[in-house]
Amino acid sequence: MSDETLKTTPLYEAHVAAGARMVPFAGYSMPVQYKDGVLKEHLWCREHAGLFDVSHMGQARLRGVSPLSAFEEVTPGDFIGLKPGKQRYSVLLNKTGGIIDDLMAARPDDDGLFVVVNGACKDNDFKVIDNELAGQVKIERLENRALMALQGPEAAAVLAAHIPQATQMVFMDSKSLEGFGTDVILSRSGYTGEDGYEISVPASEATRVWNLLCEDERVRPIGLGARDSLRLEAGLPLYGHDVDESVSPIEADLAFSVSVKRREARDFPGAARIAKELAEGAPRKRVGLKVLEGAPAREGAEIADEGGAVVGVVTSGGFSPSLSSPIAMGFVPPALAAPGSKLKVIVRGKAQAAEVVKMPFVPHRYVRKL
Amino acid sequence: MRFTKDHEWVSLEGDVATVGITAYAAEQLGDVVFVETPEAGKSVKAGDNMAVVESVKAASDVYAPISGQVVEGNAALGDAPETVNDQPEGLGWFAKIKIADKAEYEALMDRAAYEDFLQSL
Repeated sequence: MSDETLKTTPLYEAHVAAGARMVPFAGYSMPVQYKDGVLKEHLWCREHAGLFDVSHMGQARLRGVSPLSAFEEVTPGDFIGLKPGKQRYSVLLNKTGGIIDDLMAARPDDDGLFVVVNGACKDNDFKVIDNELAGQVKIERLENRALMALQGPEAAAVLAAHIPQATQMVFMDSKSLEGFGTDVILSRSGYTGEDGYEISVPASEATRVWNLLCEDERVRPIGLGARDSLRLEAGLPLYGHDVDESVSPIEADLAFSVSVKRREARDFPGAARIAKELAEGAPRKRVGLKVLEGAPAREGAEIADEGGAVVGVVTSGGFSPSLSSPIAMGFVPPALAAPGSKLKVIVRGKAQAAEVVKMPFVPHRYVRKL
Repeated sequence: MRFTKDHEWVSLEGDVATVGITAYAAEQLGDVVFVETPEAGKSVKAGDNMAVVESVKAASDVYAPISGQVVEGNAALGDAPETVNDQPEGLGWFAKIKIADKAEYEALMDRAAYEDFLQSL
Protein backbone atom coordinates (compact mmCIF):
# COMPACT_ATOMS: atom_id res chain seq x y z
CA MET A 1 0.00 0.00 0.00
CA SER A 2 1.45 3.36 -0.95
CA ASP A 3 1.64 6.18 1.55
CA GLU A 4 -0.85 8.26 -0.42
CA THR A 5 -3.66 5.84 0.32
CA LEU A 6 -2.92 5.58 4.03
CA LYS A 7 -5.32 7.23 6.42
CA THR A 8 -4.12 9.15 9.45
CA THR A 9 -5.56 9.43 12.94
CA PRO A 10 -6.21 12.83 14.58
CA LEU A 11 -2.95 12.27 16.51
CA TYR A 12 -0.67 11.89 13.47
CA GLU A 13 1.06 15.24 13.95
CA ALA A 14 1.61 14.53 17.65
CA HIS A 15 3.31 11.23 16.78
CA VAL A 16 5.62 12.82 14.24
CA ALA A 17 6.46 15.61 16.67
CA ALA A 18 7.37 12.99 19.30
CA GLY A 19 9.83 11.33 16.90
CA ALA A 20 7.68 8.32 16.03
CA ARG A 21 8.61 5.90 13.29
CA MET A 22 5.40 5.66 11.28
CA VAL A 23 4.39 2.44 9.51
CA PRO A 24 1.31 1.27 7.62
CA PHE A 25 -1.10 -0.64 9.87
CA ALA A 26 -4.75 -1.49 9.20
CA GLY A 27 -4.80 1.12 6.44
CA TYR A 28 -3.44 3.86 8.67
CA SER A 29 -0.06 5.45 9.15
CA MET A 30 0.63 4.48 12.76
CA PRO A 31 3.56 4.85 15.19
CA VAL A 32 5.40 1.53 15.57
CA GLN A 33 7.78 3.09 18.08
CA TYR A 34 8.99 6.42 19.39
CA LYS A 35 12.54 7.47 20.26
CA ASP A 36 12.83 5.10 23.24
CA GLY A 37 12.33 2.00 21.09
CA VAL A 38 10.16 -1.08 21.64
CA LEU A 39 12.06 -2.58 24.59
CA LYS A 40 12.14 0.57 26.74
CA GLU A 41 8.57 1.51 25.82
CA HIS A 42 7.38 -1.95 26.83
CA LEU A 43 9.11 -1.83 30.21
CA TRP A 44 7.96 1.75 30.81
CA CYS A 45 4.34 0.69 30.40
CA ARG A 46 4.82 -2.21 32.83
CA GLU A 47 6.37 0.12 35.43
CA HIS A 48 4.70 3.49 34.90
CA ALA A 49 2.07 4.59 32.39
CA GLY A 50 2.04 4.26 28.61
CA LEU A 51 -0.18 6.20 26.23
CA PHE A 52 -1.33 4.52 23.01
CA ASP A 53 -3.15 5.94 20.02
CA VAL A 54 -5.75 3.35 19.00
CA SER A 55 -7.88 5.71 16.95
CA HIS A 56 -7.64 3.34 13.97
CA MET A 57 -10.05 1.05 15.81
CA GLY A 58 -13.71 1.21 14.86
CA GLN A 59 -16.00 2.97 17.34
CA ALA A 60 -19.75 2.89 16.81
CA ARG A 61 -23.12 3.23 18.47
CA LEU A 62 -25.75 0.57 17.89
CA ARG A 63 -29.22 1.95 18.47
CA GLY A 64 -32.66 0.43 18.11
CA VAL A 65 -35.71 -0.73 19.99
CA SER A 66 -33.68 -3.41 21.79
CA PRO A 67 -30.07 -3.25 20.64
CA LEU A 68 -28.86 -5.53 23.46
CA SER A 69 -31.00 -8.50 22.48
CA ALA A 70 -30.32 -7.80 18.79
CA PHE A 71 -26.56 -7.93 19.43
CA GLU A 72 -26.98 -11.44 20.84
CA GLU A 73 -27.87 -12.61 17.32
CA VAL A 74 -24.28 -12.07 16.15
CA THR A 75 -22.34 -12.84 19.36
CA PRO A 76 -22.39 -15.56 22.07
CA GLY A 77 -22.34 -13.06 24.94
CA ASP A 78 -25.02 -12.26 27.51
CA PHE A 79 -25.79 -8.73 26.37
CA ILE A 80 -29.34 -8.68 27.68
CA GLY A 81 -27.69 -9.06 31.06
CA LEU A 82 -25.17 -6.26 30.43
CA LYS A 83 -25.81 -3.69 33.12
CA PRO A 84 -25.57 0.07 32.56
CA GLY A 85 -22.01 1.24 33.14
CA LYS A 86 -20.47 -2.13 32.19
CA GLN A 87 -18.42 -3.34 29.24
CA ARG A 88 -18.02 -6.85 27.89
CA TYR A 89 -15.43 -8.56 25.66
CA SER A 90 -17.08 -10.57 22.90
CA VAL A 91 -16.66 -12.07 19.47
CA LEU A 92 -18.57 -11.57 16.24
CA LEU A 93 -19.34 -15.08 14.93
CA ASN A 94 -19.96 -16.43 11.45
CA LYS A 95 -22.48 -19.19 10.68
CA THR A 96 -19.93 -21.92 11.43
CA GLY A 97 -18.85 -20.47 14.76
CA GLY A 98 -15.67 -18.90 13.38
CA ILE A 99 -14.59 -15.53 14.73
CA ILE A 100 -15.19 -12.59 12.36
CA ASP A 101 -13.62 -10.24 14.90
CA ASP A 102 -13.20 -9.74 18.63
CA LEU A 103 -14.60 -6.59 20.20
CA MET A 104 -15.66 -4.63 23.24
CA ALA A 105 -19.29 -3.64 23.73
CA ALA A 106 -20.43 -1.35 26.51
CA ARG A 107 -23.28 0.64 28.02
CA PRO A 108 -21.54 3.86 29.07
CA ASP A 109 -24.91 5.64 29.13
CA ASP A 110 -28.50 5.17 27.88
CA ASP A 111 -27.57 5.69 24.24
CA GLY A 112 -27.71 2.11 22.92
CA LEU A 113 -24.57 -0.02 22.78
CA PHE A 114 -21.08 1.46 22.32
CA VAL A 115 -18.82 -0.96 20.44
CA VAL A 116 -15.10 -0.90 19.63
CA VAL A 117 -13.78 -3.29 16.97
CA ASN A 118 -10.38 -3.91 15.36
CA GLY A 119 -9.20 -1.34 12.82
CA ALA A 120 -8.36 -3.85 10.11
CA CYS A 121 -11.80 -5.50 10.43
CA LYS A 122 -14.08 -2.55 11.05
CA ASP A 123 -15.56 -2.04 7.57
CA ASN A 124 -16.48 -5.72 7.29
CA ASP A 125 -17.69 -5.93 10.92
CA PHE A 126 -20.14 -3.08 10.53
CA LYS A 127 -21.33 -4.48 7.19
CA VAL A 128 -21.97 -7.86 8.82
CA ILE A 129 -23.80 -6.30 11.77
CA ASP A 130 -25.79 -4.09 9.41
CA ASN A 131 -26.79 -7.09 7.25
CA GLU A 132 -27.60 -9.45 10.09
CA LEU A 133 -29.43 -6.95 12.25
CA ALA A 134 -31.12 -4.95 9.48
CA GLY A 135 -34.31 -3.37 10.77
CA GLN A 136 -33.30 -4.01 14.39
CA VAL A 137 -30.35 -1.72 14.94
CA LYS A 138 -28.98 1.34 13.26
CA ILE A 139 -25.20 1.75 13.30
CA GLU A 140 -23.60 5.13 13.69
CA ARG A 141 -19.87 4.92 13.12
CA LEU A 142 -18.10 7.44 15.33
CA GLU A 143 -15.43 8.49 12.86
CA ASN A 144 -15.29 11.89 14.49
CA ARG A 145 -13.89 10.37 17.70
CA ALA A 146 -10.33 9.45 18.61
CA LEU A 147 -9.44 6.62 20.99
CA MET A 148 -6.40 6.39 23.21
CA ALA A 149 -5.36 3.90 25.87
CA LEU A 150 -3.56 4.86 29.06
CA GLN A 151 -2.07 1.70 30.53
CA GLY A 152 0.19 0.77 33.40
CA PRO A 153 0.40 0.78 37.21
CA GLU A 154 0.48 4.58 37.34
CA ALA A 155 -2.34 5.10 34.82
CA ALA A 156 -5.04 5.49 37.47
CA ALA A 157 -3.11 8.13 39.41
CA VAL A 158 -2.34 10.02 36.21
CA LEU A 159 -5.95 10.05 35.05
CA ALA A 160 -7.31 10.93 38.50
CA ALA A 161 -5.71 14.37 38.16
CA HIS A 162 -7.99 15.04 35.18
CA ILE A 163 -11.01 12.83 35.88
CA PRO A 164 -11.32 12.18 39.66
CA GLN A 165 -14.25 9.78 39.24
CA ALA A 166 -12.09 7.46 37.09
CA THR A 167 -10.68 5.94 40.27
CA GLN A 168 -14.21 4.91 41.29
CA MET A 169 -14.44 2.61 38.25
CA VAL A 170 -13.28 -1.02 38.23
CA PHE A 171 -12.07 -3.24 35.39
CA MET A 172 -14.65 -3.32 32.57
CA ASP A 173 -16.64 -0.38 33.85
CA SER A 174 -17.65 2.07 31.13
CA LYS A 175 -18.96 5.58 31.58
CA SER A 176 -19.85 8.66 29.56
CA LEU A 177 -18.65 11.69 31.47
CA GLU A 178 -17.19 15.18 31.29
CA GLY A 179 -13.43 15.27 31.37
CA PHE A 180 -10.59 17.32 29.88
CA GLY A 181 -13.28 19.95 29.22
CA THR A 182 -15.04 17.74 26.71
CA ASP A 183 -17.24 14.67 26.48
CA VAL A 184 -15.42 11.42 27.19
CA ILE A 185 -16.44 7.78 26.88
CA LEU A 186 -14.20 6.14 29.44
CA SER A 187 -13.66 2.46 30.20
CA ARG A 188 -11.29 0.86 32.67
CA SER A 189 -9.80 -1.71 30.30
CA GLY A 190 -7.10 -2.16 27.70
CA TYR A 191 -5.01 -4.75 25.94
CA THR A 192 -1.74 -4.85 27.83
CA GLY A 193 -2.67 -6.87 30.94
CA GLU A 194 -2.08 -3.76 33.05
CA ASP A 195 -4.61 -1.63 34.84
CA GLY A 196 -5.61 1.32 32.70
CA TYR A 197 -8.24 3.08 30.67
CA GLU A 198 -9.48 3.50 27.14
CA ILE A 199 -10.40 7.11 26.51
CA SER A 200 -12.67 8.11 23.62
CA VAL A 201 -12.78 11.85 22.90
CA PRO A 202 -13.94 14.02 19.99
CA ALA A 203 -11.27 14.02 17.25
CA SER A 204 -10.97 17.79 17.53
CA GLU A 205 -9.91 17.46 21.19
CA ALA A 206 -7.57 14.49 20.76
CA THR A 207 -4.24 16.28 20.39
CA ARG A 208 -4.94 18.54 23.35
CA VAL A 209 -5.85 15.57 25.58
CA TRP A 210 -2.85 13.56 24.32
CA ASN A 211 -0.46 16.42 25.06
CA LEU A 212 -1.98 17.04 28.48
CA LEU A 213 -1.44 13.40 29.43
CA CYS A 214 2.10 13.40 27.99
CA GLU A 215 2.98 16.42 30.15
CA ASP A 216 2.82 14.09 33.16
CA GLU A 217 6.31 12.71 33.70
CA ARG A 218 4.88 9.28 34.51
CA VAL A 219 3.49 9.03 30.96
CA ARG A 220 5.31 8.14 27.76
CA PRO A 221 3.82 7.45 24.33
CA ILE A 222 4.04 3.78 23.34
CA GLY A 223 4.00 2.48 19.76
CA LEU A 224 2.41 -0.55 18.15
CA GLY A 225 5.61 -2.56 18.55
CA ALA A 226 5.39 -2.56 22.33
CA ARG A 227 1.60 -2.82 22.18
CA ASP A 228 2.15 -6.18 20.46
CA SER A 229 4.77 -7.47 22.92
CA LEU A 230 2.64 -6.31 25.88
CA ARG A 231 -0.51 -8.09 24.69
CA LEU A 232 1.56 -11.21 23.87
CA GLU A 233 2.88 -11.33 27.45
CA ALA A 234 -0.69 -10.81 28.66
CA GLY A 235 -1.76 -13.89 26.65
CA LEU A 236 -4.26 -11.86 24.63
CA PRO A 237 -4.90 -12.99 21.05
CA LEU A 238 -4.43 -10.63 18.13
CA TYR A 239 -7.08 -10.84 15.42
CA GLY A 240 -5.72 -11.78 12.00
CA HIS A 241 -2.80 -13.60 13.61
CA ASP A 242 -3.97 -15.83 16.48
CA VAL A 243 -7.61 -15.73 15.52
CA ASP A 244 -9.42 -15.69 12.19
CA GLU A 245 -12.70 -16.83 10.62
CA SER A 246 -11.71 -20.50 10.81
CA VAL A 247 -11.11 -20.40 14.56
CA SER A 248 -13.88 -20.89 17.13
CA PRO A 249 -13.87 -19.20 20.56
CA ILE A 250 -13.31 -22.61 22.16
CA GLU A 251 -10.23 -23.33 20.03
CA ALA A 252 -8.98 -19.81 20.71
CA ASP A 253 -9.21 -20.33 24.51
CA LEU A 254 -11.93 -17.68 24.61
CA ALA A 255 -14.66 -19.95 26.02
CA PHE A 256 -15.38 -17.28 28.65
CA SER A 257 -16.89 -15.18 25.85
CA VAL A 258 -19.63 -17.80 25.38
CA SER A 259 -22.04 -17.07 28.22
CA VAL A 260 -23.49 -19.90 30.29
CA LYS A 261 -27.03 -18.79 29.53
CA ARG A 262 -26.35 -18.79 25.77
CA ARG A 263 -24.65 -22.21 25.91
CA GLU A 264 -27.94 -23.66 27.09
CA ALA A 265 -30.04 -21.67 24.63
CA ARG A 266 -27.70 -22.43 21.69
CA ASP A 267 -29.10 -19.36 19.96
CA PHE A 268 -25.99 -17.84 18.38
CA PRO A 269 -24.22 -18.36 15.01
CA GLY A 270 -22.29 -21.63 14.88
CA ALA A 271 -23.86 -22.84 18.13
CA ALA A 272 -23.83 -26.48 16.98
CA ARG A 273 -20.06 -26.50 16.49
CA ILE A 274 -19.36 -24.56 19.65
CA ALA A 275 -21.63 -26.77 21.79
CA LYS A 276 -19.91 -29.86 20.36
CA GLU A 277 -16.46 -28.44 21.13
CA LEU A 278 -17.56 -27.53 24.65
CA ALA A 279 -18.86 -31.06 25.22
CA GLU A 280 -16.17 -33.11 23.46
CA GLY A 281 -13.21 -30.76 23.30
CA ALA A 282 -11.96 -28.74 20.32
CA PRO A 283 -9.65 -30.32 17.72
CA ARG A 284 -6.98 -27.72 18.49
CA LYS A 285 -6.25 -25.28 21.28
CA ARG A 286 -4.49 -21.96 21.50
CA VAL A 287 -1.69 -22.32 24.03
CA GLY A 288 1.19 -20.31 25.41
CA LEU A 289 4.71 -21.53 24.73
CA LYS A 290 7.87 -20.70 26.56
CA VAL A 291 10.76 -21.18 24.14
CA LEU A 292 13.51 -22.70 26.26
CA GLU A 293 16.47 -22.24 23.90
CA GLY A 294 17.57 -20.39 20.82
CA ALA A 295 15.88 -17.74 18.73
CA PRO A 296 12.40 -16.28 19.16
CA ALA A 297 9.77 -18.39 17.36
CA ARG A 298 7.61 -16.03 15.35
CA GLU A 299 4.33 -16.28 13.47
CA GLY A 300 4.40 -19.19 11.01
CA ALA A 301 7.03 -21.28 12.82
CA GLU A 302 6.01 -24.94 12.99
CA ILE A 303 5.38 -26.68 16.31
CA ALA A 304 6.50 -30.32 16.56
CA ASP A 305 6.06 -33.00 19.19
CA GLU A 306 9.06 -34.61 20.89
CA GLY A 307 9.26 -37.18 18.09
CA GLY A 308 9.60 -34.41 15.52
CA ALA A 309 6.13 -34.70 13.93
CA VAL A 310 4.61 -31.33 13.09
CA VAL A 311 1.54 -30.83 15.29
CA GLY A 312 0.79 -27.13 15.01
CA VAL A 313 1.93 -23.64 14.18
CA VAL A 314 2.99 -20.51 16.03
CA THR A 315 0.49 -17.71 15.46
CA SER A 316 2.40 -14.99 17.26
CA GLY A 317 5.66 -14.94 19.05
CA GLY A 318 8.65 -12.87 19.89
CA PHE A 319 10.88 -11.80 22.69
CA SER A 320 9.33 -11.03 26.06
CA PRO A 321 10.99 -7.91 27.50
CA SER A 322 9.55 -8.61 30.97
CA LEU A 323 10.79 -12.22 31.10
CA SER A 324 13.91 -11.69 28.95
CA SER A 325 13.09 -14.83 27.01
CA PRO A 326 11.27 -15.80 23.83
CA ILE A 327 7.56 -16.57 24.19
CA ALA A 328 4.91 -17.54 21.68
CA MET A 329 1.34 -18.60 21.24
CA GLY A 330 0.10 -21.17 18.78
CA PHE A 331 -2.33 -23.99 18.13
CA VAL A 332 -1.74 -27.62 19.11
CA PRO A 333 -3.93 -30.74 19.49
CA PRO A 334 -5.66 -31.00 22.90
CA ALA A 335 -3.47 -33.95 23.94
CA LEU A 336 -0.45 -31.61 23.84
CA ALA A 337 -2.16 -28.52 25.22
CA ALA A 338 -1.72 -29.08 28.96
CA PRO A 339 0.81 -26.86 30.75
CA GLY A 340 4.11 -28.72 31.02
CA SER A 341 3.75 -30.45 27.64
CA LYS A 342 7.16 -30.67 25.98
CA LEU A 343 7.23 -29.48 22.38
CA LYS A 344 9.64 -28.17 19.75
CA VAL A 345 9.44 -25.01 17.72
CA ILE A 346 11.14 -25.05 14.32
CA VAL A 347 13.06 -21.84 13.65
CA ARG A 348 15.06 -21.63 10.42
CA GLY A 349 15.20 -25.43 10.24
CA LYS A 350 16.34 -25.92 13.82
CA ALA A 351 14.17 -27.69 16.40
CA GLN A 352 14.28 -25.75 19.67
CA ALA A 353 12.86 -26.98 22.98
CA ALA A 354 9.64 -25.33 24.12
CA GLU A 355 7.08 -25.98 26.82
CA VAL A 356 3.39 -25.26 27.09
CA VAL A 357 2.80 -22.75 29.90
CA LYS A 358 -0.32 -21.25 31.38
CA MET A 359 -1.20 -17.81 30.07
CA PRO A 360 -0.85 -14.96 30.82
CA PHE A 361 2.93 -15.11 30.70
CA VAL A 362 2.98 -11.99 32.89
CA PRO A 363 0.20 -11.70 35.50
CA HIS A 364 -2.72 -9.39 34.74
CA ARG A 365 -3.04 -6.45 37.10
CA TYR A 366 -6.63 -5.44 36.48
CA VAL A 367 -8.37 -3.56 39.28
CA ARG A 368 -11.46 -5.70 39.86
CA LYS A 369 -12.38 -4.34 43.30
CA LEU A 370 -11.96 -0.94 44.90
CA MET B 1 36.73 0.03 7.03
CA ARG B 2 34.43 -0.53 4.04
CA PHE B 3 30.63 -0.64 3.78
CA THR B 4 27.79 -2.15 1.77
CA LYS B 5 24.41 -0.75 0.76
CA ASP B 6 22.88 -3.38 3.06
CA HIS B 7 24.58 -1.60 5.97
CA GLU B 8 27.30 -4.11 6.76
CA TRP B 9 30.87 -3.12 7.49
CA VAL B 10 34.13 -4.92 6.72
CA SER B 11 37.47 -4.33 8.38
CA LEU B 12 40.43 -6.11 6.79
CA GLU B 13 43.61 -7.31 8.49
CA GLY B 14 45.81 -9.44 6.26
CA ASP B 15 43.39 -11.79 4.55
CA VAL B 16 40.90 -11.95 7.45
CA ALA B 17 37.90 -9.64 7.29
CA THR B 18 35.92 -8.79 10.43
CA VAL B 19 32.32 -8.03 9.50
CA GLY B 20 29.31 -6.56 11.29
CA ILE B 21 26.37 -4.23 10.87
CA THR B 22 26.72 -0.47 10.87
CA ALA B 23 25.63 1.93 13.60
CA TYR B 24 22.87 3.08 11.26
CA ALA B 25 21.58 -0.49 10.85
CA ALA B 26 21.73 -1.14 14.58
CA GLU B 27 19.77 2.04 15.27
CA GLN B 28 17.15 1.09 12.68
CA LEU B 29 16.76 -2.39 14.16
CA GLY B 30 16.26 -1.14 17.68
CA ASP B 31 17.09 -3.23 20.72
CA VAL B 32 18.75 -6.44 19.59
CA VAL B 33 17.59 -9.43 21.65
CA PHE B 34 19.04 -12.37 19.73
CA VAL B 35 21.88 -12.93 17.27
CA GLU B 36 22.68 -16.05 15.28
CA THR B 37 26.24 -15.92 13.97
CA PRO B 38 27.74 -18.32 11.39
CA GLU B 39 29.80 -21.35 12.37
CA ALA B 40 33.50 -21.61 11.62
CA GLY B 41 34.19 -23.39 8.35
CA LYS B 42 31.11 -22.15 6.55
CA SER B 43 31.77 -20.83 3.04
CA VAL B 44 29.92 -17.67 2.14
CA LYS B 45 29.53 -15.66 -1.03
CA ALA B 46 28.99 -11.92 -0.91
CA GLY B 47 25.25 -11.37 -0.59
CA ASP B 48 24.49 -14.75 1.03
CA ASN B 49 22.51 -14.90 4.24
CA MET B 50 25.23 -15.14 6.84
CA ALA B 51 23.59 -14.36 10.17
CA VAL B 52 20.29 -13.37 11.75
CA VAL B 53 19.70 -10.46 14.08
CA GLU B 54 16.44 -10.13 15.99
CA SER B 55 14.80 -7.22 17.75
CA VAL B 56 11.72 -7.53 19.98
CA LYS B 57 9.59 -7.02 16.90
CA ALA B 58 11.28 -8.81 14.01
CA ALA B 59 14.03 -11.04 12.65
CA SER B 60 16.36 -9.63 9.97
CA ASP B 61 18.88 -11.39 7.77
CA VAL B 62 22.46 -10.19 7.73
CA TYR B 63 24.23 -10.73 4.40
CA ALA B 64 27.86 -11.60 3.96
CA PRO B 65 29.47 -8.39 2.71
CA ILE B 66 32.37 -10.33 1.22
CA SER B 67 33.12 -13.90 0.00
CA GLY B 68 35.29 -16.36 1.86
CA GLN B 69 35.35 -18.91 4.65
CA VAL B 70 34.15 -18.12 8.15
CA VAL B 71 36.94 -18.59 10.68
CA GLU B 72 34.93 -17.45 13.70
CA GLY B 73 31.46 -16.28 14.66
CA ASN B 74 31.20 -13.86 17.56
CA ALA B 75 30.07 -16.26 20.30
CA ALA B 76 29.93 -13.42 22.85
CA LEU B 77 26.78 -12.09 21.16
CA GLY B 78 24.91 -15.20 22.32
CA ASP B 79 24.89 -13.98 25.92
CA ALA B 80 25.10 -10.26 25.20
CA PRO B 81 23.16 -9.46 22.01
CA GLU B 82 22.81 -5.84 23.18
CA THR B 83 26.50 -5.38 22.28
CA VAL B 84 25.27 -4.96 18.69
CA ASN B 85 23.49 -1.75 19.78
CA ASP B 86 26.21 -0.59 22.16
CA GLN B 87 29.21 -1.11 19.91
CA PRO B 88 27.96 -2.04 16.44
CA GLU B 89 31.22 -1.22 14.68
CA GLY B 90 33.43 -2.71 17.41
CA LEU B 91 32.73 -5.51 19.92
CA GLY B 92 29.41 -6.12 18.21
CA TRP B 93 31.08 -7.74 15.20
CA PHE B 94 29.36 -10.81 13.72
CA ALA B 95 32.06 -12.91 12.07
CA LYS B 96 35.64 -13.13 10.87
CA ILE B 97 35.94 -14.31 7.29
CA LYS B 98 39.08 -15.46 5.48
CA ILE B 99 38.59 -13.73 2.17
CA ALA B 100 39.24 -15.13 -1.26
CA ASP B 101 39.58 -11.97 -3.30
CA LYS B 102 40.83 -8.64 -2.03
CA ALA B 103 39.34 -6.89 -5.05
CA GLU B 104 35.89 -7.50 -3.52
CA TYR B 105 36.97 -5.46 -0.51
CA GLU B 106 38.38 -2.66 -2.62
CA ALA B 107 35.11 -2.44 -4.55
CA LEU B 108 33.07 -1.67 -1.41
CA MET B 109 32.24 1.89 -0.29
CA ASP B 110 34.64 3.76 1.94
CA ARG B 111 33.22 5.73 4.89
CA ALA B 112 32.75 8.95 2.95
CA ALA B 113 30.87 7.13 0.20
CA TYR B 114 28.75 5.29 2.79
CA GLU B 115 27.92 8.54 4.59
CA ASP B 116 26.84 10.01 1.23
CA PHE B 117 24.73 6.90 0.64
CA LEU B 118 23.03 7.34 4.04
CA GLN B 119 22.28 10.97 3.19
CA SER B 120 20.55 9.81 0.00
CA LEU B 121 18.14 7.51 1.89
